[in-house]
Amino acid sequence: MSGTARFLRRIAPQLITLAFVLALISVMFPGFFNISIANGRLYGSPIDILNRGAPVALLAIGMTLVIATRGIDLSVGAVMAICGAVSAWGITQGYDLGSTLLMAVVAGLVCGLWNGILVSFLGIQPIVATLILMVAGRGIAQLITEGAILTFNDPNLIFFGSGSLFTLPMPVVIWIVTGLLITWIVRRTALGMLIESVGINLRASTLAGINSRVLLIAVYVTSGFCAALAGIIAAADIRGADANNAGLWLELDAILAVVIGGTSLLGGRFSLIASLIGAMIIQAVNTGILLSGFPPEFNLVIKAAIILIILVVQSPALRTGMAFFRKPRQTDVAKKETVTQ
Amino acid sequence: MNSRFLPLLATVAIFILAYAVCYAQFPAMLSTRVIGNLFTDNAFLGIIAVGMTFVIISGGIDLSVGSVIAFSGVFISVMLRDTGLHPIPVFAVLLLITTLFGAAMGATIHFLEMPAFIVTLAGMFLARGMAYVLSIDSVPITHDFYSAIQSFYWLMPGKGRLTFIGGLMLVVFIAGMLVAHRTRFGTNVYALGGGTHTAQLMGVPVARTTIAIYALSGFLAGLSGIVFSIYTSAGYSLATVGVELDAIAAVVIGGTLLTGGSGFIAGTLIGVLIMGLIQIYIIFDGTLSSWWTKIVVGMLLFAFIVLQKGLVWFTGRNRASAAGTS
Amino acid sequence: MSEVANSRPLLRATGVTKIFPGTVALDHVDFTLQPAEVHALLGENGAGKSTLIKCLTGAYRRDDGDILLNGEPVDPRGTLDAQSYGIGTVYQEVNLLPNLSVAENLFLGHQPTRFGMISGREMTRRARETLSQYGLDIDPARSLGDFSVAVQQVIAIARAVNLSGKVLILDEPTASLDSGEVKMLFDIIRSLRDRGIGIIFISHFLDQVFEISDRVTVLRNGRLIGTEDAANIDRVQLVNMMLGRELEHETRETGKTDLAPGAPWLEFDDFGKKGRIAPFDLKIRPGEVVGMAGLLGSGRTETAETLFGAVTHDSGTARSRGEEIELRSPRDAVAAGFGFCPEDRKIDGIIADLSVRENIILALQARIGWARPVPRRRQAEMAEDFIRRLDIRTSDAEKPVGLLSGGNQQKVLLARWLATNPKFLILDEPTRGIDVGAHAEIIHLIEELCAEGMSLLVISSELDELVAYSHRVIVVRDRHHVAELVGADITTDNMVDAIASAHNGSAT
Repeated sequence: MSGTARFLRRIAPQLITLAFVLALISVMFPGFFNISIANGRLYGSPIDILNRGAPVALLAIGMTLVIATRGIDLSVGAVMAICGAVSAWGITQGYDLGSTLLMAVVAGLVCGLWNGILVSFLGIQPIVATLILMVAGRGIAQLITEGAILTFNDPNLIFFGSGSLFTLPMPVVIWIVTGLLITWIVRRTALGMLIESVGINLRASTLAGINSRVLLIAVYVTSGFCAALAGIIAAADIRGADANNAGLWLELDAILAVVIGGTSLLGGRFSLIASLIGAMIIQAVNTGILLSGFPPEFNLVIKAAIILIILVVQSPALRTGMAFFRKPRQTDVAKKETVTQ
Repeated sequence: MNSRFLPLLATVAIFILAYAVCYAQFPAMLSTRVIGNLFTDNAFLGIIAVGMTFVIISGGIDLSVGSVIAFSGVFISVMLRDTGLHPIPVFAVLLLITTLFGAAMGATIHFLEMPAFIVTLAGMFLARGMAYVLSIDSVPITHDFYSAIQSFYWLMPGKGRLTFIGGLMLVVFIAGMLVAHRTRFGTNVYALGGGTHTAQLMGVPVARTTIAIYALSGFLAGLSGIVFSIYTSAGYSLATVGVELDAIAAVVIGGTLLTGGSGFIAGTLIGVLIMGLIQIYIIFDGTLSSWWTKIVVGMLLFAFIVLQKGLVWFTGRNRASAAGTS
Repeated sequence: MSEVANSRPLLRATGVTKIFPGTVALDHVDFTLQPAEVHALLGENGAGKSTLIKCLTGAYRRDDGDILLNGEPVDPRGTLDAQSYGIGTVYQEVNLLPNLSVAENLFLGHQPTRFGMISGREMTRRARETLSQYGLDIDPARSLGDFSVAVQQVIAIARAVNLSGKVLILDEPTASLDSGEVKMLFDIIRSLRDRGIGIIFISHFLDQVFEISDRVTVLRNGRLIGTEDAANIDRVQLVNMMLGRELEHETRETGKTDLAPGAPWLEFDDFGKKGRIAPFDLKIRPGEVVGMAGLLGSGRTETAETLFGAVTHDSGTARSRGEEIELRSPRDAVAAGFGFCPEDRKIDGIIADLSVRENIILALQARIGWARPVPRRRQAEMAEDFIRRLDIRTSDAEKPVGLLSGGNQQKVLLARWLATNPKFLILDEPTRGIDVGAHAEIIHLIEELCAEGMSLLVISSELDELVAYSHRVIVVRDRHHVAELVGADITTDNMVDAIASAHNGSAT
């Protein structure tokens, strides 16, 4: 089987699910796929899904890498709020766009570094370590905005939320480029394999000479970086930093996107592309509910149902049960292999 | 000195220190009025924190409690508005629902062998979603029974008022302590936190205990929902967002090990009071802003997690020097 | 072997057989335990000791055989069930809960209650009473984790005796105890024996076996080698039963005499780690196979882990071609040209979900860094090359390595290190748990590698094997390197003697 075929097979369940959701929406709303161009920018529901899904998609990129190492990052929503606050503060203090963006991204990297050090050097469980920043992060963001929603009018910063590039909304460009770039980096270098190796068997990986500490820090820093981008977009979108609500509960959506993308919470094999499709599935469901006139809050019930289905499908207990039925075949194969030369 | 009391001692020391600092700046804070308010304002948090303590000691986590409180409030207010039932049967039905809800999560965690984190995340979405389904708007509660409860209090010496809900929280804490330390179920909860596999080998009924733990947390979340509805006289589906985090923080600041196996219900009470004290201090001060609460709580969390990590590391090292086998 | 018991045996197991896919873990093993007897069960890893225990306690379903307790057939369905029959087990890693109090650990599930509430005072009183029978004067309300492993061990025994009271199985209870603690434990074992309890004692410390046991049963490769009265057997006979030539084997020639002459390129001086392996000196010459013999737990794996930096040494220095080198982590060791195939392949070796190809290039990739990936085509070539050269049986290089058989996993691990072109390769039990064909291939490979100029340190409990390929053999006992055999001196008999020689303090 060639690499491409294997890749397509890997993302097939996510693609099919996305297609199914989109088809369902378009059956109910025949005009769903209408896309128009106005003022050099594409408009239409599908574009809207890509656009609205940008923060979760960005968070899902970092979260995928973290989960692949058998970790979890609960702090990304709070980090989004911090970075959004930093960018709004920077621009209102009169810094130029470059410095503002740099400060926001550095804030995200520092947050990631903090998490990474707690996890890899102090050996604190990821869920516990990142909880600290999840709780304190919004307080820090409010400290920066001084409790108010810090608004700004700088057109350059707003461009990141509502501008467009090559007819695509800027957030879409950012998440697609970031997604492709990070995918390219982890797959063109050996990082992807080393991350998977550490997630599957930390001890054996260390014994094989892998520098697992540095690797763990790197994934949390990446997660902080992605959260920073998402925070900048979210702030630019509403032209202000809302420390209370920016990125609220998005860490859970990001985790959900990764889980829908088929990466196990127990670490190991991961697919960034599948996680991104997962993020789009979540957003498509959101948009579908919005279009259908239900209150958006119904989302939560649907998300709960999605998690339940995934729980059942991914459950180790169920897998053992299925392996019981598959077992005879497997042992046959094993036997054949030891016999044949 | 028993090392497992150390985090609890640290909690008590921090509380006394914090109170002393408050008293030094604002002598008015050492009054039964302030103490009465501390209990009343944090009653709903304290009650779920008791359930959360059991869950965390067993090595799990319950993210659903904040949503369950919101659901409970909406359920009660909608039922009272639409059916004309007396609150007491409504409470009974509600507690039954939330207890079963918790039990179902516990069963899912145990039988599907999935992490508590993700299962209770689904529960969190579901409960919040069901609250929305019942009503998106805030529904006021105007029932004589509610007014009666709200006006009921015990006047402490010094004119402080111990309200019904404040008293209920104390009762729940006392009951929690008895269950944790004086029943087989309580010991089994600690045993699960020490290691599910070992606990099973020692004869702990793992399935039953796990389900009971989450059922208890669900029951207490329902009870907390009742308390919250009494406190606010309304049911609102957007209420108590993120309260599960406050509860987890209170439990950890109260000296319970987040990885399970060790902790005290009494510590959680002090944890809740420390968090309440920070808020009262900020109100008394007047110049400080509310977000300092989160930052200080975050710093306390960090301090306690590192303290416990250090303790685990220290005892581990002590024992490793005796061991050192292949 | 089938010695006729005078009294009716307390526990009699006959023809116990357990088959795992691919291997027969227990092959018609007979075992009897008399009341008031300490019966030692001996054998190397994989000999079947723990499988036998698990069959006796019902943790495993046996495939054949009968178990009689006091003459009645019993069929326990698990540890708890076995307990209710009267068979209690205490494992090496104490199976108690360190976060609970001593009293709670003693009475978990059976706490005394009053009006539905646990009576703490009553529980403490009973705990004191129980503990005093074992000579322990400790506060039962304190956490179990506060106490030493020895005390925990005694508490585990107290719980097992309280709940079962006929048969007590002790699985390597002394592995982490110092000599004073061992003495305390043995006093307790003797007093329990005098109360009529039958005790199965698993240990790999021969001194202790002779000190405490009435009878000894030796297992090897899932078969019963023999049961003897401890008084009628000496250490050499015992080691021979465990490790020595199997009777049907012809006598082997001695080891290679053509000791590789060159100057040593690796020198370890006074190298050691407190509590794991006493400081030792070791010199490695190019193209040399150094064998390492010793019983389980003697310090052979600890030597390997210390050399590789998996456990950081706390004394001594390492020099490579005269230059001092850092060896504080596996990364340092890999950088110095070391490779290490650990004993427990599943936990320390393979990355189960990664493919054969990825597992093979892993160490090489880790060494050259993430930024310079081995080109995909080169990876495929290397994988194909090793699959052919080592005869790794897999449908293709992309198959997850976890699906391969044990022998093939071992070869993948070897390939992982060969891909880094190591100068010094450490193999810990490279032939354990793999089938006969793969076994011969790996031995052949060891000889080939050494002919190419690589230095190897091979740890094995198969003494025949060590004789066949070693230029030198180091014997390890009680965490000390106690003897070095060279050339014509390398014989199984000499090794058995060195392993069996009585404990005589430290020697180097």
